[in-house]
Amino acid sequence: MGEFTKTVTDASWDADVLKSDKPVLVDFWAVWCGPCKMVAPILDEIAETHSGSITVAKLNVDENPVIAASERITSIPTLNVYKGGELVKQVIGAKPKAALLAELAEYL
Amino acid sequence: MSATSDPREVIIVGSGPAGYTAAVYAARAQLAPLLLEGSVTAGGALMNTTEVENFPGFREGITGPALMEEMRAQAERFGTEILTDDAVTIELNNDGPHTVIDGEGATHRAHAVILAMGSAYRELGLPNEKRLSGHGVSWCATCDGFFFRGQEIAVVGGGDSAIEEATFLTRFASRVHLLHRRDSLRASKIMQERAFNDPKLNLVWNTEVVDVLGDDRVSGLALRDTVTGESRTLDATGLFVAIGHDPRSELVAGQVDLDDDGYVHVEGRTTRVLSNGSALAGVFAAGDLVDHSYRQAITAAGSGCAAALDAERWLAGHHSP
Repeated sequence: MGEFTKTVTDASWDADVLKSDKPVLVDFWAVWCGPCKMVAPILDEIAETHSGSITVAKLNVDENPVIAASERITSIPTLNVYKGGELVKQVIGAKPKAALLAELAEYL
Repeated sequence: MSATSDPREVIIVGSGPAGYTAAVYAARAQLAPLLLEGSVTAGGALMNTTEVENFPGFREGITGPALMEEMRAQAERFGTEILTDDAVTIELNNDGPHTVIDGEGATHRAHAVILAMGSAYRELGLPNEKRLSGHGVSWCATCDGFFFRGQEIAVVGGGDSAIEEATFLTRFASRVHLLHRRDSLRASKIMQERAFNDPKLNLVWNTEVVDVLGDDRVSGLALRDTVTGESRTLDATGLFVAIGHDPRSELVAGQVDLDDDGYVHVEGRTTRVLSNGSALAGVFAAGDLVDHSYRQAITAAGSGCAAALDAERWLAGHHSP
């Protein structure tokens, strides 16, 4: 777990994500997901570099099935950006750093 | 880190058994190879498999990721410099060093290049397939199977990969329909037997998928019988496409000879890459980028070794460090 990313759970979802004053980028991941491990360092970097404008959070889908299901996650990694409690952006699948930064640019 | 020369001796583009094996041999030949393993695709196709039972040397089998981890560590042990980045541009030059530009924009030059970019999963090519990708359509059972617990899903394909994916998915799904265009499978006999004996697996012959149905999630598949032409709908909430792979030769298309399917042409039984019928100076290729007949981890590893040896011999003959 990167030191700049926040762990969120089924229990903390409402407070940490929906009621966050800053946009939140949620990384849905699992320990058995290889591609998730590949994007993790890129997300750590985003968390560190853009800490003022966005919070990067991680939700383990094995441990938090309620939110994984309510957010209709069917493939990981899935990166969801929430702003004001609403889902505003979704990136499904592992993408190279340049492509990820381009997709998330307006939220960073 | 000691300074590496520019241009260096050899750059290997791509990881997986071909790339990592080429690196082991090149490093042991004191060529100080640079290997670009891919920013999210490092390890190649085997990263998406579970048990690999047919790679020789592992009597109990080994997982794809574990096998790649071993090969990667072995390459590093002998001095390979590994960049977890993509090659974005490859410029092959018959009269001088070749150039590879990575995802960060850095330029790397070398006298010899070993191409080992492998292949990417093939898509059915249906419009709704892309639209519903990640929303019920997947090309990776080990990645996404988890999310289809208790659901009725379909797998399209007829080879070993398709059966492997279908069998793996029976761990999660309530029922898996394996849809195949013909009336017999390409898969190995042992895999076929497992499929026939699996109570959760329903083999559907002479069937092709003509459309994927659903608004924001897959809800069904439009099927067509390839013999009678009859159409029908299959209720399913997941579609896994396992119809094979296409070589990832985009970066060198136009610079090297490719066959109709995009596989790189090499000279005879060597790994020397051809351009307009002649071997390009210092360019070698291995693995699924070249091989459309066998496409196994062990054949890829073997060709990676051959590429490194071909590169070493070429460097000794054409360029003295």
